[in-house]
Parts: sequence; structure tokens; C-alpha cells
Amino acid sequence: MLGVALRRIASAIPVLLIVSLITFGMMRLIPGDPAAAIAGLSATPDQVAQIRINLGLDQPFLVQFVRWYGGLLQGDLGRSLLMGKGVVEVTLERLPVTLALSAYALVLTLLIGLLAGIVAALRQNSVVDQFAMMFAMIGISVPSFFLGLLMIIVFSVHLGWLPTGGYIPLTENPWGWFLTSTMPAISLALLQAGLLARITRSTMLEVLRQDYIRTARAKGLPARQVVFKHALANALIPITTVVGIIISLLISGAVVTETLFSLPGIGGLLTQAVLNRDYPMVQGGLLLVTAFLVLINIGIDMLYAFLDPRVRYE
Amino acid sequence: MSETGALPLEAIQSEAEPEPKRVHPAWMTLRRLFRHRLFVTGLILFGIIAFMAAAAPWITDINPNRLSMRNKFLPPGGDFVLGTDNFGRSLWSRVVWGARLSVIIGISVVALNAVFGTLIGALAGYFRRLDNLLMRINDALMAFPAILLAIGVTAMLGPSTANVIIALGIVYVPRTARIVRSSVIVLREMEYVQAAIAAGAGHWRILRHHILPNAMAPMIVQLSFLFAYAVLSEATLSFLGLGAVPPTPTWGNIMAEGRDFMRDAPWIIAIPGVTLMITVLGLNMLGDGLRDVLDPRLRIQQ
Repeated sequence: MLGVALRRIASAIPVLLIVSLITFGMMRLIPGDPAAAIAGLSATPDQVAQIRINLGLDQPFLVQFVRWYGGLLQGDLGRSLLMGKGVVEVTLERLPVTLALSAYALVLTLLIGLLAGIVAALRQNSVVDQFAMMFAMIGISVPSFFLGLLMIIVFSVHLGWLPTGGYIPLTENPWGWFLTSTMPAISLALLQAGLLARITRSTMLEVLRQDYIRTARAKGLPARQVVFKHALANALIPITTVVGIIISLLISGAVVTETLFSLPGIGGLLTQAVLNRDYPMVQGGLLLVTAFLVLINIGIDMLYAFLDPRVRYE
Repeated sequence: MSETGALPLEAIQSEAEPEPKRVHPAWMTLRRLFRHRLFVTGLILFGIIAFMAAAAPWITDINPNRLSMRNKFLPPGGDFVLGTDNFGRSLWSRVVWGARLSVIIGISVVALNAVFGTLIGALAGYFRRLDNLLMRINDALMAFPAILLAIGVTAMLGPSTANVIIALGIVYVPRTARIVRSSVIVLREMEYVQAAIAAGAGHWRILRHHILPNAMAPMIVQLSFLFAYAVLSEATLSFLGLGAVPPTPTWGNIMAEGRDFMRDAPWIIAIPGVTLMITVLGLNMLGDGLRDVLDPRLRIQQ
């Protein structure tokens, strides 16, 4: 187990190094002078020069490079131009909102996706199966912001059941949080639920065809026990790796959902940063979110090794 | 092995006795595809959108950007088939021209992936020495959440159609490369490839004639899904204000502009939204069908 952990962490180090290199290089994608781009068209040359100094863009390339990594090692990713605060600080402030939303959406994804996938596999080719797979197909095809807009039109504008946007922290008022987060979480979860239902179904079908399932049935075990104890327990193992992908998709999707429902999470923060040319925030935010996902994936791989002893001895 | 008929059948055919009743394997694959209900449905759905995109100048008579304040907020039906938006612009024209832009972006991203995904994947899979370096860079690019990376890149490059294509290329090429690489690694160890090496064939010839044709099936499947992601991501980016600059008619732009009027004119959002959904649905069905027929190991509908 420890070996798996060490190997996995060792393989993540080069990935994180290259990720940080890419985010460092991103500033250089800006055509022309980044300082002028940030300052806007109406800025005086003095203002542009000031921005250039603030961002360290007046320094030679090598110095900028060393500074970036020096800062990185000290947990300093520069200052947000828009917020006037450290990038790390702003990101950590907004993180709980995104995490709470993603967790809510993840619960919905797992409930809907696993249930639909399992039922579809058990009743293969039945009406239920076809219905579930049609639902999954539509789920992976509806853009989440379109679903969000439709829900706002129906449930907020016409029925007046739920607020159109805004946010109440979970710690302040759980019921308020539930009301403000439900539509965002549903619109965020649908795509993932569709994906998960499809994967769960095919994994279950594969497991159900194994010899040991036939043996379990042949020796007269009740169907329920075969399904839950033998089939599901083994089908869930490969599905855990999918959860890593789902979390990455949820965080990605949160950008759009948070903007749509005006939630003060990382997604909304990054969209604002992008629209206001707050490049250090974009750069730092992207790096932090990606590093966070790499860590989550390490955790999932360890869980996988824990669940499936075969992985440990490879 | 794959049933695409991409095995070196040409070679066998040219040397074996000609058989009169032999059907070309490509025909057999096509026949199986057109018997696949999901594939045909997807083809029809996407065909409608592709037709709109191709015929845009001929099936719209009003400039998609022509303002007409007298006609604003007209519901669908009447003089304007799909109604008008807050500036009295024809939604039919805007959605059809939006389709053209979506399809152009889809094709461009798919083309970028077909070229660079294959190149990087083949190099990494075939030349062991390059594998480590290329795949580390690949892993790093794939570690970024897809939309976030696309947003980051377009933010730096500036909002425009070309930059959206570049950003989506950077996001998706590593994913395609990984798929090509995994097929190439398997194929490289096949006996017929070893035989070709033993016969003295060069790297280029082996890759081109013996490996890549057999690695095509999973890539074609991937590219059809990729088309769907590209269209969806473009709509998302322009909805967020990071795609082609308004008033360019993209589905995302139309929906973003319609947001302020969703209480009284919900059709401004619904029409491009449904069109986008039909496109993605069609492409996903097409991809499922292609996967079932070309790559039976991965099929879901069993």
C-alpha cells in the first residue's frame, strides 16, 4: 500500500512540474505587451510601465522564471489585479463554495448514474434499459448552461420556487444553501450522471457474464445476493477510477454553472478574472485547481489499490 | 483484431488469386453502419445541422446581423419563422449562421486532432525513447480541467474564432494522442509488424502501411465524439463571452444575449439551445454507432 502511494506521488511530480511550466508560459501567449493589454486602451504609458513593474515583466526572462518558482515554493502565486489580494488567499476563500457545490453534484451523479446503470444492466434490453440509456444519451448531450437556463425559466421565473441565483453559505443556513444550490447542482450533475450510467451498465454487464457469477447462481444463491455481493462489489472497483474523471468534469463544469447562477466560487472567480484581464489570477487559479485535481486523483488511485488487491502486487 | 478490414488486405488481395464474389471490406463496414439504428438516427440529426451550415447563404434571406427595432421580440411563427431577438434580428438567420460557425469549428478541431494527435501518438507509441517525454507533457496537459484550460488559453490569446480553435486543439490533442499511442503500442508488437521489420522495411513504411491503418478505428470513434465536445465547448466559451465577439451569430452568443429577456422572450434561449442539443445528440449517436461497428471491444449496447 505504501509502495503504491510512493510510486503514485513520484509519478505526479513531473506532471505538476510541467503543469507549472505551462501556466508560467501562458502569460507569454498574450500577443504584444501583456502590461498594455491589462491596462487597456485608455491607459497612459506611465500606468503601463507601473503594471509592467508590478508584474515583474520588466525583468529578464530568467529572473521571472526563478521568481515564479521561488514564489511557488513559498506558496506565493502573485497578486490578483482585480481583488488586490494574494492569488492563493482569494482562491482559498472561494474554494469552499465550489467544493460544496461539487460535492452536492457528485452525490446526485452517483445516485442517478449508478442506479440507472445497474438497473439497465440487470434488465438488459428491456424497456427500462432503453429508457435509462436514452436518458443517459440525452444527459451527455444537453449543455449544462442550457439546462440551467431552462430550470431558471421554469422554476424561478414562472413557478417562483427557487431563487434565480445568489448564494447562502452552508454554515450559515443549510436550508438556504440547499435552495440556492439545488438547480446549479442538478445542471452540473446531469452530464456526469449520463456518463456514469453508461459506464456502470457496461461494467455490470461484463461482470455478470463472468464464470463466478454463473457459479453463484448455479449453487442456488438468491438473485439479490448474487447481484449485490458478487456482481456489484466487483463492478464498483473499475468505476472508482471514473470518479476521478467525474470530479475533474465537475470542477470544469462549475466554471459555467457558477457564472450562470452567480455563485461566488472558483469558477465564477476565474471567469471574472478572464473577462477583466486579471492574468495573475487566471494563471494562479488554473495552477491551484489543477494541482488540487492531481492530488484527488492520487487519492482515488490509492482507494483503487485498497479495493483491488491485484493492483498492489503489480 | 479489428474488423474494419484495415488489415493489410490490399497486400493479400494483390497477390492472391482474384476471387469473383469478394466484397470490399469497406462496403461491409458501411452496410453494417447503415443497419445500425443509432448511427442512422445520429447521421440524420447531424445531417440536418450540416446542411444548415453548408447552405446558410441560400436558406436565409435576411442578414443575421440586420437590426430592425420595429420587429423586436417577435415570437416564432409569423413573418419570422423562429421569431426575433431584442434587436429584431431574425433568429432563423442567426441560428443557421451559428450552425455554420459551429460546424467550421468542429471540423477544424477534428482536423487538428487527426493530424497532431496521430503524429504525437504514433511517435510516442512507436519510438520508445520519445514516449516518456511526450507522454509526460501529455499527462500534464490532460491534468488541467478541459474547459478551464480552454478558457485560460483563449483569455491569453484574446477572444476570436481562430483562438477558440487553437485553445480546443491544445485541450483535446493530448487526449487523441493517448488513444493513438495505446493502439500503436499493441500493434507494434504484432507478428506481422515484426515480420515487416525483419523484411527490412523502414520506420516510415511500417508506420504508414502496417500500424496506422489498424489504429484508425478507435481514432475515428474518438474524432466523432470530439466533434461533439468541440461544438459544446465553443458554445460554452461564447456563452461566457470568450468566443467569437458579438454580434457574430454563434449559438453561445445568442443565448448569452437572450438571458436578460428570458422571462418574456424565452425562445431566444430555447431555439439555439435546442439546436445545439440536437447537434451534440446527433454526433454522440453517430459516435456510439461507429464504436459499435468499428471497435466492437468497446461496445456498450450489447
